[in-house]
Amino acid sequence: MIGVIGVMVRRNIIIIFMSIELILNAVNINLIALSHQLQDMAGQVFVVFVIAVAAAEAAVGLGILIAYYRNKETVNIDEIQLMRW
Amino acid sequence: MAEAIAFYTLAALILGLGIMVVSARSAVHSVLFLVMNFLLVAVLYVILGAEYVAVIQVLVYAGGIVVLYLFVVMLVNLKREPEQFSDPRRLGKLGTLLAGAVLAQVIGIAVYSSTRGTTQPVTGGLGSDTPFLTGNTEQLGWVLYTSYLIPFELASMLLLVAMVGAIVLAKKNL
Amino acid sequence: MVDTIIVPLLKIAVLINALLVSVTFLVLMERKVIAWAQSRLGPMRAGPYGILQALADPIKLILKEDITPAKADKYVFTLAPIMSLVPALVAFAVIPFGPDPFYYISDINVGLLFILSVTSIGVYGIILGGWASNSKYPLLASLRASAQLISYEIAVSMTLVSVILTAGTLSLVGIVEAQLESGIWFGFVQPVAFALVFIGGLAETNRVPFDLPEAETELTGGFHTEYSGMRFSLFFLAEYANIIVISAVVAILFLGGWLRPFPNVAALSFLDVVPAWIWFIGKIFVFLYVFIWLRATLPRYRYDQLMSLGWKLFIPIAIGNLVLTAIAKVAF
Repeated sequence: MIGVIGVMVRRNIIIIFMSIELILNAVNINLIALSHQLQDMAGQVFVVFVIAVAAAEAAVGLGILIAYYRNKETVNIDEIQLMRW
Repeated sequence: MAEAIAFYTLAALILGLGIMVVSARSAVHSVLFLVMNFLLVAVLYVILGAEYVAVIQVLVYAGGIVVLYLFVVMLVNLKREPEQFSDPRRLGKLGTLLAGAVLAQVIGIAVYSSTRGTTQPVTGGLGSDTPFLTGNTEQLGWVLYTSYLIPFELASMLLLVAMVGAIVLAKKNL
Repeated sequence: MVDTIIVPLLKIAVLINALLVSVTFLVLMERKVIAWAQSRLGPMRAGPYGILQALADPIKLILKEDITPAKADKYVFTLAPIMSLVPALVAFAVIPFGPDPFYYISDINVGLLFILSVTSIGVYGIILGGWASNSKYPLLASLRASAQLISYEIAVSMTLVSVILTAGTLSLVGIVEAQLESGIWFGFVQPVAFALVFIGGLAETNRVPFDLPEAETELTGGFHTEYSGMRFSLFFLAEYANIIVISAVVAILFLGGWLRPFPNVAALSFLDVVPAWIWFIGKIFVFLYVFIWLRATLPRYRYDQLMSLGWKLFIPIAIGNLVLTAIAKVAF
């Protein structure tokens, strides 16, 4: 939930990314706690996948960000509007 | 009893650090709070009996991904000072409203399930006396390679594609 | 109550003290050994044969003036050396000095992975140290240093997976016991992995021939340019403590930890009179000596050579080793 506030409220895109990581982490905590409660390994397996996917997404996202930053020199999300008409 | 104290302090710290991540003025401070957040979450995983996932969390998440964020933050912040704080007019109200809705949902679900669910005894982890017969690592590896083989393969392909994509994106002469 | 809290606390206190003292002596040992390699005598004035130099150096560093650059970020500036030193010390929590539970603080199921993950946290100290100094040269040097560290982390992790395959367990005590069972040190079973982990360890601790980030002739002294006095000494301690950690890990993984040579051959059991932890410390000493020896003799790699070595040479070798080990494990 804190991550959701972060995504909505901050304008620096990197902090938005980090808030997304917080959201993913919250999901992970839930999964592990439930897996512990229900004695089912599926939760932990899923967490491993979530971590892997989060790593991939962070890498690609930051790559896009850097490529964008090289051209536009801004990380303010209000000004990142290449797709806007 | 001691675990309850430990857990609540841990949870309070994790939440507090999360709030600081979102509200720190300089991006580098945000990243640092994020690292501490992840480390505390790893401790939480150990309490819950998932020590392999805890170590993987530190190694991959806190040790790799956040380092990547730190790099990018430093490269991007080399020319700018920390941004002004959030725009209070529209984004703040909308964001808090949305988050409140999510919270209400979660509370609703929790209340609903607590009136019908049965609680099972909790074994393993910090407060139990059942030994780790097969450790968390072996259990996880066994399940990962037998029942969840296809997602495993898909995840590795995803990582490969992401790696290639990131390298291509970061090249200067595209 | 006593067992689970007081005894580990005592062990931690003893261990950290022993580590910090041995780090100061390691600094002295390095200066002496390099001096002897260069046909000179090294520090000789403080105490007999210069032994008290190990005491003099920390006193000097503590008494130095503590300068913080004007526009540097105060909190991060203070945090960075701490984030460098703490992981190096924490890694010792799982290193066993002997077979008995008396000899180690804890043996967790994922001991090897724990050390690896703690070392990745140490990277932060370097990045933050360079950034917090708020000047261009340390920042660039720290980025280069941390890029070097994470590249070699990958190579070392993949090599460690093949060692884990051979041993069958991630816990450090378990690895040594696996070597006891099979009667042969893993250094002979996996020579390629031995070499790779050792060289990767050199790169991980910023030692020659990979010490570009901290060489005095490059980029005005690297990421710890702006640090002086106690903070600098923390960085220093962290580096040497890391060296001891890597030596200990290599000794455990490849040289049998606390086992005497040929542990299963009964004919040599007269060697058992030497207690297990002395064997271990002796092996650590051998590696420390080799580290220092290399520093005295080898030239430095250039940064792009270093990175291409890590990515283009070590990782394929590590993967190849892993595949071979897996095939051998299945075949036999």
